[in-house]
Amino acid sequence: MTQPTNRTLDLKQLRARLLDARGPAFWKTLGEVIETAAFREYVQQEFPRYADAAGHAISRRDFMKLMGASMALAGVSACSRPSGEEILPYVNAPAEVVPGKPLFFATADVVSGFASGVLVETREGRPIKVEGNRQHPMSLGATDIYAQAAVLQLWDPGRSQAVTYQAQINTWEAWLAAVASARDEFDRTGGAGLRILTETVTSPTLTQQLGTLLERYPRARWHQYEPVTRDAVYEGAQLAFGEPLETHYHFDKAKVILSLDADFLGAMPGRLKHAREFASGRQVEPRDPQMNRLYAVESTPAITGAAADHRWPLQARQIDAAARQIAAQLGVAALESAAPLAHDAVKALVHDLRQHRGESLVIAGDHQPPTVHALAHAMNERLGNHGNTVTYTEPVVHAPGEQMQSLKQLVQDMSEGHVSTLVILGGNPVYNAPADIPFTEALAKVRHATHLSLYHDETSARTHWHIPATHYLETWSDARAIDGTVTIQQPLIAPLYQNRSAHEVINALTGQVTASGGGEIVRAFWQNRHQIGDFDNFWRRALREGVVPDTALPEKNIAVRRNLASRLPASTPSRSSAIEIIFRPDPTVWDGRYANNAWLQELPKPLTALTWDNAALMSLELARRLELQNEDLVELKLHGRKLRAAVWIAPGHPDDAVTLALGYGRTRGAGPANDAGFNAYRLRRSDAPWSDEGLEIVKTGARYPLAVTQDHHRMQGREDVREATLEEFRRNPSFAHDDPHKNPPFPSLYPAYPYDNYRWGMTVNLNTCIGCKACTIACQAENNIPVVGKQQVQMGREMHWLRVDHYYKGPVDNPETFFQPVPCMHCEHAPCEPVCPVGASIHDEDGLNVQVYNRCVGTRWCSNNCPYKVRRFNWLKYADPSDPHLAALRNPEVTVRSRGVMEKCTYCLQRISVAKIEAEKQGRRVRDGEVRTACQAVCPTNAIAFGDLNDNQAQVGKLKEHPLNYALLAELGTRPRTTYLAKLRNPNPVLDDG
Amino acid sequence: MASQAPAFPVLRGRHDLASVTDKIAGIVLSHWGRRWWMAVGFFFTLTLGFASAVVYLLTTGIGIWGNNIPVVWAFDIANYIWWIALGMAGTFISAALLIARQGWRTSINRYAETMTVLAVAIAGLFPVLHLGRPWFFYWLFPYPNSLNLYPQWTSSLTWDFFAILAYLIFSIITWYVGLLSDLAVLRDRAQPRFAQVCYGLLALGWRNDARHWQRHQQLSLLLAGLGVPLVFSVHSMVALDLSQGLVPGWHLTIFPPYFVAGAIFSGFGLALVLGIPMRALLGLHDFITERHLNVMGQCLLAAGLVMIYCYTMEYFIAFYSGDEYEIDTLFDRWSGAYAPIYWVMVTCNVVLIQALWFRRVRLSPIALFVIGLAVIIGMWLERLMFIITSLYRTHLVGAWGMYYPTVWDGVFLLGSISLFLLLFLLSVRLLPIVSIVEMRHLAHDRGPRT
Repeated sequence: MTQPTNRTLDLKQLRARLLDARGPAFWKTLGEVIETAAFREYVQQEFPRYADAAGHAISRRDFMKLMGASMALAGVSACSRPSGEEILPYVNAPAEVVPGKPLFFATADVVSGFASGVLVETREGRPIKVEGNRQHPMSLGATDIYAQAAVLQLWDPGRSQAVTYQAQINTWEAWLAAVASARDEFDRTGGAGLRILTETVTSPTLTQQLGTLLERYPRARWHQYEPVTRDAVYEGAQLAFGEPLETHYHFDKAKVILSLDADFLGAMPGRLKHAREFASGRQVEPRDPQMNRLYAVESTPAITGAAADHRWPLQARQIDAAARQIAAQLGVAALESAAPLAHDAVKALVHDLRQHRGESLVIAGDHQPPTVHALAHAMNERLGNHGNTVTYTEPVVHAPGEQMQSLKQLVQDMSEGHVSTLVILGGNPVYNAPADIPFTEALAKVRHATHLSLYHDETSARTHWHIPATHYLETWSDARAIDGTVTIQQPLIAPLYQNRSAHEVINALTGQVTASGGGEIVRAFWQNRHQIGDFDNFWRRALREGVVPDTALPEKNIAVRRNLASRLPASTPSRSSAIEIIFRPDPTVWDGRYANNAWLQELPKPLTALTWDNAALMSLELARRLELQNEDLVELKLHGRKLRAAVWIAPGHPDDAVTLALGYGRTRGAGPANDAGFNAYRLRRSDAPWSDEGLEIVKTGARYPLAVTQDHHRMQGREDVREATLEEFRRNPSFAHDDPHKNPPFPSLYPAYPYDNYRWGMTVNLNTCIGCKACTIACQAENNIPVVGKQQVQMGREMHWLRVDHYYKGPVDNPETFFQPVPCMHCEHAPCEPVCPVGASIHDEDGLNVQVYNRCVGTRWCSNNCPYKVRRFNWLKYADPSDPHLAALRNPEVTVRSRGVMEKCTYCLQRISVAKIEAEKQGRRVRDGEVRTACQAVCPTNAIAFGDLNDNQAQVGKLKEHPLNYALLAELGTRPRTTYLAKLRNPNPVLDDG
Repeated sequence: MASQAPAFPVLRGRHDLASVTDKIAGIVLSHWGRRWWMAVGFFFTLTLGFASAVVYLLTTGIGIWGNNIPVVWAFDIANYIWWIALGMAGTFISAALLIARQGWRTSINRYAETMTVLAVAIAGLFPVLHLGRPWFFYWLFPYPNSLNLYPQWTSSLTWDFFAILAYLIFSIITWYVGLLSDLAVLRDRAQPRFAQVCYGLLALGWRNDARHWQRHQQLSLLLAGLGVPLVFSVHSMVALDLSQGLVPGWHLTIFPPYFVAGAIFSGFGLALVLGIPMRALLGLHDFITERHLNVMGQCLLAAGLVMIYCYTMEYFIAFYSGDEYEIDTLFDRWSGAYAPIYWVMVTCNVVLIQALWFRRVRLSPIALFVIGLAVIIGMWLERLMFIITSLYRTHLVGAWGMYYPTVWDGVFLLGSISLFLLLFLLSVRLLPIVSIVEMRHLAHDRGPRT
């Protein structure tokens, strides 16, 4: 410090000075250090862009920008103590922000490239809850579980927070400097050693940016790899039509649906739209009951098969033969194949399909080989479904159907040393590349590897640079839905850490450094696209509505190629004795990208009720043969690769097959889920990504405990779910409440309480519920419900206010499956109330059964006396108030419960109160539909109705009059306000296996 | 009188007024012995462990136990019911038998009463500790507060709170009133000044005045009159803690008398388990004779027969009601996941006690001790059984769930037992464990023996 002319900073001296400092003087000393001339000079040399800021010359614009970020982060800082310095109150509040009032912004949630529109609720600048965007064709107001869990991901303290280089914290500027020097080389060589690896990209801006990059460096390459690959979909279209097309299904127009191992309700893009349309065909009018009919040929049990009227379990390797069998029967082509399905069944199915020309639908699963897709296209054409229930467009993804090939090519280049700079935008290929593609080894040969990702994960640990990515709630971008509809993603909050978006990274590669994050880039792209008319108007409307108008792709009229049969590869007879392994994206953590999301980890998987782990699912028959039980640890051997996994018996699973979900066995960046479950990628081969044969299963003798939320799946002759076939319902419309011992009215000693004002009630339609569990997680997000961890789930202490019970009926090798969402019943004669010694469980004037947390002492008598067992107890301090990130996530309108108190579903009392206050201000009653509970709002199938039973026009009141309406455990005299519409199935009367 | 004396006398040996006093007061005032100190040290250590477990519970939450949804009550409430019922015999012996003028009760009523006070006090710990927020337990009490909040009077727990409190206060008063004149004896005989002062203060100025005796007699009778209905009401109230609910397996009208019978049953079991070693170790064979053992064995058998009747009625009513949930719960107890608990309980409570039909068994201290212990264990298992098996499978199949205790559940059970034994050991040496005055009365009535 004594030599101001010293050109480099004397770090030794500086460190010594800092070390000398003690106690509160520490920070002050740092400030003093900055004040020295030497430091200022150092800054000027190293970071020219920052020199101004350090030199106190901040422009008005910069100041506003800084202030904007501070405003946005106000919620975060509010969680810590105010600093000792003088602070000023919020005198001039930003426009539109009213403390205590939520604001909603439209953006899009993207899973594996495909967008679905969402509206995000923010409170004082903090995004806290995601709702569906009704204007978006792939949301229609609903969301899936991933969109619900997005806010937790945003606030996740486990997110990567800093740029790192060689595992040391570094800066974005240093990365820019590194890129700048690499650019010189690219300019010389035409980008010969430059490779970009992305996941599936549908963003028009990013696609264009990458295009520009490739123009500038013609020898650079862009590769895409998505572990949940849809290559076969496009290859199948290629086979059938000669070009890779996207297929769109219109379930609302379909009366008879055949699914060839297609989980269109659970795992396919467009699932929310599928679910809404499928369910619309299962809303039964009492006067003229009509329902669509779903035949599902299914390998791994999934929620689509659970919704089916006929479910035929087959091994994955037999689906191809089944498709040929059905196609042959339909007269598509004379195809030779084995006949895995019963002849009678196929005959009846084909007859049914033919009866519904133009109103039927054959759908092939994303995980099926191209042949099955091609046959499905041909069958649909044959059935006159083209243009009716099936339409085709160009795909929205770049280079469809080439991902696996693309990754192979990249890894080959890397291994051969052709790649000097690799930029990985998102994804986690070190973890999720197929086992036969040596990505990790090849990566070691790359000179400069950069990984942009939300978490410091397996890939980040093996690349030189890691840049923390922006979460979509803090980024400018755009994305397309599967039908092409574009949504501009807008940030709801400034990036919490040093996050960067893919747009910024690509721009940096081409040498354009943008000052204001990705916003300028996205806006400039659209300004360029939108030359005619008023751009500002267009831009604002697109942002407001969450949909860019007229961006859905036009339908293509196309015909299946004539000689399809001859183009199909010969049916390969499978070795019937071999055991196959089936890979599927996990129902809750998908391909592993949500592994650090505790909400999703603790969300019970729809059919197994497993949490926090995956497992080797198999049939009871196979388990018996191998003398295995649930939780036995086995060694899976496949083509010389080995993996240990725990066994879980899945009723309805085909024999001689094992399903292992992707997404588990993470080793880095998954927080509490590191080392949870079993990494299926270690067995998965690139040419057999979805099923593989030749699995050996060796019992190890060890056990691996799994955490499930439901132990029993048989109704034991009780009528928890009442059900009938459509035929039975037609014959006896009152079947759901025939038994006078089980159905009201029951006598009471007390006169009925007059609810003169509001009388809130709910119906849950079991006929349309598909068991997707979006309601459970929406409830968790809305009501500040804590997660408890695997060990507590094992002890039976999960906190979900709304659980989805799951029951089987019938033979264990192919049972019927039922789902039953169970929120609080809000009984009028609530058994929980008279037993509480302190009156913490009481009724309010609208008939809601409310829990007064402050008064609760935790005797838990109420839970004993609740026959529905919907009450949840804070056994330990589950809601940790000390974490500022999670505090920012919480809904300010819902109390965070302390240890030792009971809690339960409130019918989203906070939403009711907002509506009541609003109505009172306007001197009217709350209108039907004004209050939507979190579970109701999110439901893709509109299975939940809620409203005022005193309102004659309310939908819920009409549903309570529906002949299918019944009350659960009504015989106990509890008079529940939540009731159910009984489940119906519509089996083909010719077949008796339904 | 001698000619009509039963085969075994209530008081044996050559005892006059002085020798009775010497013997009983001597237990307190003589050298306490190494074995006693070692036993006290052992249980004191265990009790310290229990105390730290309580601190851990209060700071961490009741999640340290295995309780869950649906089995929100388990060891905690089973322990509570078990302890409060163990105390029953003391009150029964001192109150009901006093009114029935059963002279044999005199030598056993003091230790039985001591047992009651300690058991009820320990029982009272559990309902407080089992709360989610134990520090607010007083909210069950109708104290005046600014929010005008009262307890909720329809809840059985509110009444249970009063029942425990009343029972605890009552048993302390009965026990203390009985002790007064004996404390005066100790005051007069104790050598160290400190002991003199302590016993003197506790004796409340007892001077053997005739008026003292007259009032003492009146109060004792009065308390006995109060005590009999009180024990019945307390245990009925405990039963309502369960039977108020609509839980299958609990919602039965037979529960109150069933619990009273169970309490007498386990109370006599504990009286035997404590009395027999005490008799042997302190040389009380003259005061607690085969006569006492025989009668207590008979009482245990009688209470056990009532229990068997209650079990039978419970099953009969489940089937008679035709309620599918009740019937399922019953079958599940016999053959479900927790069936071993049920069958061990039946062995202890139903099968083993049949040995008491034999006079030889009733006169064998070892056999009685074993049977008493079996009854105590059986009754604890019974409480655990009807809490867990009723809760883990209720109406909705989807909400069924297993319960597994944790280490801490065991710590609280064993900790409370060690606290009880510690306090009992202390009271044996600090207070006259057999009533001096009543034994003197007995010796006086019998007259000097030759």
